[in-house]
Amino acid sequence: MKKEIFMGDEAVAMGAIHAGIRSACGYPGTPSTEIFEYIMRYVENHKAPIHALWSSNEKVAYEESLGASYAGARSIVTMKHVGLNVAADPFMNSAITGVNGGMVLAVADDPGMHSSQNEQDSRYYAHFAYILCLEPHDQQEAYNMTREAYTLSERFEIPVMLRLVTRLAHSRSSVIIKEPLPQSVLPVSDKRSQWVLLPVNARQRYARLLAVQKEIASYCEESPFNNLEITENKKIGVIASGIAYNYIMEYFQEKGEALSVLKIGTYPLPEAKIRKLFESVERVFVLEEGYPFIEEKLRGILPHSYNIQGRLDRTLPRDGELTPELIRLAFGEKPKEHEKLPDIVIPPRPPALCKGCPHGDLYNALNEAMKSHKDGRVFSDIGCYTLGALPPYNAITTCVDMGASISMAKGACDCGVNPSVAVIGDSTFAHSGMTPLLGAVRENSNIKVIILDNATVAMTGGQATMCTGENMDKLILGMGVDPAHYRILSPLPKNLQENTDIILQEMQYQGLSVLVCRRECIQTGKKKIKSKSEKE
Amino acid sequence: MKKDILIAGVGGQGILSLAYVLDNSALEAGFYFKQTEVHGMAQRGGGVVSHVRISDQKIHSDMIPTGKADIILGIEPLESLRYVDYLVPGGLILTNSQPFINISQYPEIETLEKAIKSYRSILFDATKLAKEAGTIYAENMVLLGALSNFLPMDKGLMKKWVKELFASKGEKIVEINIKAFDSGCQAVSLDLLCI
Repeated sequence: MKKEIFMGDEAVAMGAIHAGIRSACGYPGTPSTEIFEYIMRYVENHKAPIHALWSSNEKVAYEESLGASYAGARSIVTMKHVGLNVAADPFMNSAITGVNGGMVLAVADDPGMHSSQNEQDSRYYAHFAYILCLEPHDQQEAYNMTREAYTLSERFEIPVMLRLVTRLAHSRSSVIIKEPLPQSVLPVSDKRSQWVLLPVNARQRYARLLAVQKEIASYCEESPFNNLEITENKKIGVIASGIAYNYIMEYFQEKGEALSVLKIGTYPLPEAKIRKLFESVERVFVLEEGYPFIEEKLRGILPHSYNIQGRLDRTLPRDGELTPELIRLAFGEKPKEHEKLPDIVIPPRPPALCKGCPHGDLYNALNEAMKSHKDGRVFSDIGCYTLGALPPYNAITTCVDMGASISMAKGACDCGVNPSVAVIGDSTFAHSGMTPLLGAVRENSNIKVIILDNATVAMTGGQATMCTGENMDKLILGMGVDPAHYRILSPLPKNLQENTDIILQEMQYQGLSVLVCRRECIQTGKKKIKSKSEKE
Repeated sequence: MKKDILIAGVGGQGILSLAYVLDNSALEAGFYFKQTEVHGMAQRGGGVVSHVRISDQKIHSDMIPTGKADIILGIEPLESLRYVDYLVPGGLILTNSQPFINISQYPEIETLEKAIKSYRSILFDATKLAKEAGTIYAENMVLLGALSNFLPMDKGLMKKWVKELFASKGEKIVEINIKAFDSGCQAVSLDLLCI
């Protein structure tokens, strides 16, 4: 019995490695990034024969993973919840094709929006695609479930979703690991009727997906991940999934007594166990992290005689993250006594661009240029540079989703906004900035696209970027951008005036300009120097 | 036995290294433990927090519930006050007195010290002790040494994991950090008599 310390993310990674994966694909995104990073480190340290390099975006990653499954290998694909929106097309269709080698999608939701634009709940996606979803409540279960997910994926011939939330993804504990399985590779698929989704095949595949639902449901009924404990108390029972299970158990530990609890670890839900719980008690509290997914399933529209409490009736807050204290209060406890906060003001310490960050120098120049263009707007994107929304810069006017800077700038320009500026990083540009730029090239749209080329995926910890430096120059010019309006800026404090002038010149031009702001991220720069000096 | 420790500081102050030593020594000493941390956007110069829970009984919640923390360990004084509502009545604030100022509204240090002293607290200059040990970057190990006085794990065991943590960086770095740990440990053990 070997015990090791793992973050939730790392336990998933180890579970996948021990299930014999040959392929890992993903795009960085908090709180999912550490799954992939662990696999990469493992591959490097153990010279493991697993292909594990970041993909250009989640859609690409998902398709690469599906290709690995097609080839007969077990594979994992990792992303954050909003990344699954990007990968939604292959995701939905992979439920129709089904899989060959076992395929697991590890997706990490971010309730409370610690590092995200929304707190969407991936369980709805699993339901939408009619695939199986597993949700671990602790690190041990994250490891066990991931291993098990491969068996289930191959048994039902569907991809399996593993849903994590921030608090588990980024929490460490000890995990007992089992003997790793060897990499077993199935023959490459040659079932064209399975993989060529022409309507004639797709209808049959969809019927097959519907037919397998019964088997999936009966697995969920028997699964040890759904555990029902009935106690003496006939008044109140609890349904708790994922991390919410930990909070209710914490409450029982403090109280010294337990209620009947149905712990949920799989979706679809175990209907017979749910009925049994409702038959044993008068009232059921539904505790789940994220949206009220289980609660909505239980309530339906028409009135019924069951008494259900949860997020929908505001026993718990409708949005945001759960906490142990919120669970206590839901059960009618008085707020726990605690030390009072001091009577002095504790000012917030929001995240900020690092000292010496190239983005700061660009924003200073852009703000200068915008002073004479009061009607202009700056459409930004997802990355460290989104912090340009905060003081002292207050430089950007939108940030919606990966790649939206260029497309929104173009859409606004088409309807009269001038200057219409897009600010996007090199990694986000490779992720989904290229396609909207092609449209702007075709129309020679009057937008000013600023690409912040810091040669890394900075926000998520400095992963390798897809396209930087000279390669980026070739790519953009190859797309048809006019070389006369392709400008390279060096974002340094001493170049403030020069950079401001270049931006102003391009604002005079009525057409597409691309301005690349090129300087390495100071964090990755520092890391390089550090690792060099450690080697010496 | 249970110890719930909330560690508060600013991204880049070495909270994760500190937690590494706590996790590993707790595991080796046979305790249950859980430890949360912050990654992603908040790391960029923002306030960060780690919840460390150590117990001889099974631990359920990854987060310390409000009012249950036994100790707040502040890597920096302002952050040591941000989560005081997690502290059990009469719980301890153990904090570095050297501020990390990267925001314009940072309170006067005298105001902060006065507020900290209104709780059961130990306020000491960990930065200075780290410098004396050899590098300012060892202030997290000074604080870990100070914290070790309140933990159920053997100090020798904790030092073993400090060594493990820095082993790849060479003997000199290991030595500095062990020295930092020891000086933190001693600095506060004298203080223990008066709280």
